[in-house]
Amino acid sequence: MKNVLVWYGELTSAGSLRRRGMVFLLPALLWLLGFLVLPGLVLIVVSFAERGTYGDIVWNFSPENYKRALGFGLFGWSPDYLLILWRSVLVAGVTSLCSVLLAYPLAFFIATRPERTRYLWLTLVIIPFWTNLVIRTYAWFLLLAPESPFVKLLAALHLVTPGDALYPSAFAVYLGMVSAFLPFVVLPLYSSVERLNWNLVEAAQDLYAHPVRVFMQGILPQTLPGLTVGVILTFIPAMGMFVVPDLLGGAKYLLVGNLIQQQFGASRDWPFAAAIALGLMLLTLVALRIYRTRATEVDLV
Amino acid sequence: MRRHLVSGIALATLAFLYLPMLAVGIYSVNRAKYGMVWQGFTLDWYSKLLQNQDIMEAARNTLFLAVVSTLIATVLGTMLAIALERYPWGKRAQNFFSTVLYLPVVTPDIILAASLVVGFSLVRAAFSGFELGMPSMIIGHVTFQVAFVTLVVQGRMKVFSRDLEEAARDLYASNADVLRRVLLPLLAPGIVSGAMLAFTLSLDDFVISFFTAGPTSTTLPLFIYASVRRGVTPEIHALSTLVFLVTVILVLFAERLSRRKSQ
Repeated sequence: MKNVLVWYGELTSAGSLRRRGMVFLLPALLWLLGFLVLPGLVLIVVSFAERGTYGDIVWNFSPENYKRALGFGLFGWSPDYLLILWRSVLVAGVTSLCSVLLAYPLAFFIATRPERTRYLWLTLVIIPFWTNLVIRTYAWFLLLAPESPFVKLLAALHLVTPGDALYPSAFAVYLGMVSAFLPFVVLPLYSSVERLNWNLVEAAQDLYAHPVRVFMQGILPQTLPGLTVGVILTFIPAMGMFVVPDLLGGAKYLLVGNLIQQQFGASRDWPFAAAIALGLMLLTLVALRIYRTRATEVDLV
Repeated sequence: MRRHLVSGIALATLAFLYLPMLAVGIYSVNRAKYGMVWQGFTLDWYSKLLQNQDIMEAARNTLFLAVVSTLIATVLGTMLAIALERYPWGKRAQNFFSTVLYLPVVTPDIILAASLVVGFSLVRAAFSGFELGMPSMIIGHVTFQVAFVTLVVQGRMKVFSRDLEEAARDLYASNADVLRRVLLPLLAPGIVSGAMLAFTLSLDDFVISFFTAGPTSTTLPLFIYASVRRGVTPEIHALSTLVFLVTVILVLFAERLSRRKSQ
């Protein structure tokens, strides 16, 4: 009888409780193991394989793909792939930074609205968050085309040559990326700003602290949890992003996401694509650790 | 003074988010087929849209994919949330579960898509009858939806105490009764918002669909992407505007739901 226990008002045994729990657990767990974990493991195995002549997978195992990703190709060392990786990190970093800079005023603006209209403003941020990315990205075509009033204005100011489109270009990629990820920073940041202790901010102001210092010591530490979640939700997907650079960046502005897609599509070199994807995954896992330790205090809407 | 500056930047940022969509909306009712000069109001592009068989087919596929994957993901996700919140698991098992759960949330979707493609191709090599198409897309969508449903339902479960379930037990309710008459009704708002989240995620998804789609299972995002690469037409603007409006309605509905829940 030592196995009998009372579990929230129910007289049961540890064994029967576990069996019942398994019934609820197994379907989803098996699904995730079968379609998430297992393919992930397969991807690791494939990344050590070789591309066959017809784009098939030949099971000769070597770390060749990883060497190639690091630039050691047939014709000596070349930084092409490392450059793409560096560009992805750079784009992701700049995107995160710009998003954070724009997100703070927006989060404060929403948090200081009267209770009644606050939800309305918040909804205005949530709508783009849920709008299809392909649509939001190609929509920039219209504003960056030579005929758009915006570009005509720039042309009149002699900032661009009249008749030129502003895409594809690095500038267009940044515009697209920031507008794609801005809501990902604003929403978690808002949930931190909303519960901000304003007494600390006012105290700093009363003591004539410089605005920069008020922000650094009064606001930043309090909003750090939301900020961290926002940056991670931006930085990681931004590195793997392929829709925005594909549509707004043209062939010259490849990021890791485009490289992976290219290897799957036109080049049909799956083992190499797998190796690059796993490199990206490694960075993701590092971020996941940070996320897990910080995310506990923030709820996403 | 500083407050005005903050408000100004905030409003400009919102404009930055909405201007592109506004442009799409305007050009969707512009009579001009080529170029971007305003030539008067028309709804022709919308009526052309409804006659375009490819677009209607893509719309049906999108809806079918979203409904089926959401149903599967909601059932699996809700069960998983109940399992994690209501049953005793060891500390290490808990850690393992939450890692598996957070993995699809933070992994760039292109990695998930890549691993699915490779996995599916191996399955295809083993069983010749298996082709990429609607089933593989449904599998892909459910895989990233489950985690989100589970997290939402878990969040809901943390809000209310177990008193009602205990009371039901004291009154000799069976396991099935506790589940059907107490737990599920209490969870209903969480399940509905989880399902709505999953549904929107499926409508939004491009990357997973792009990798796992077959020749006959084009969805609206895939269709728009392919058309945009060929050159944008006013019909695409009309289609995008409609998709955007559906998103707005879904978001407003979900917001109302979650606000009622919190009151």
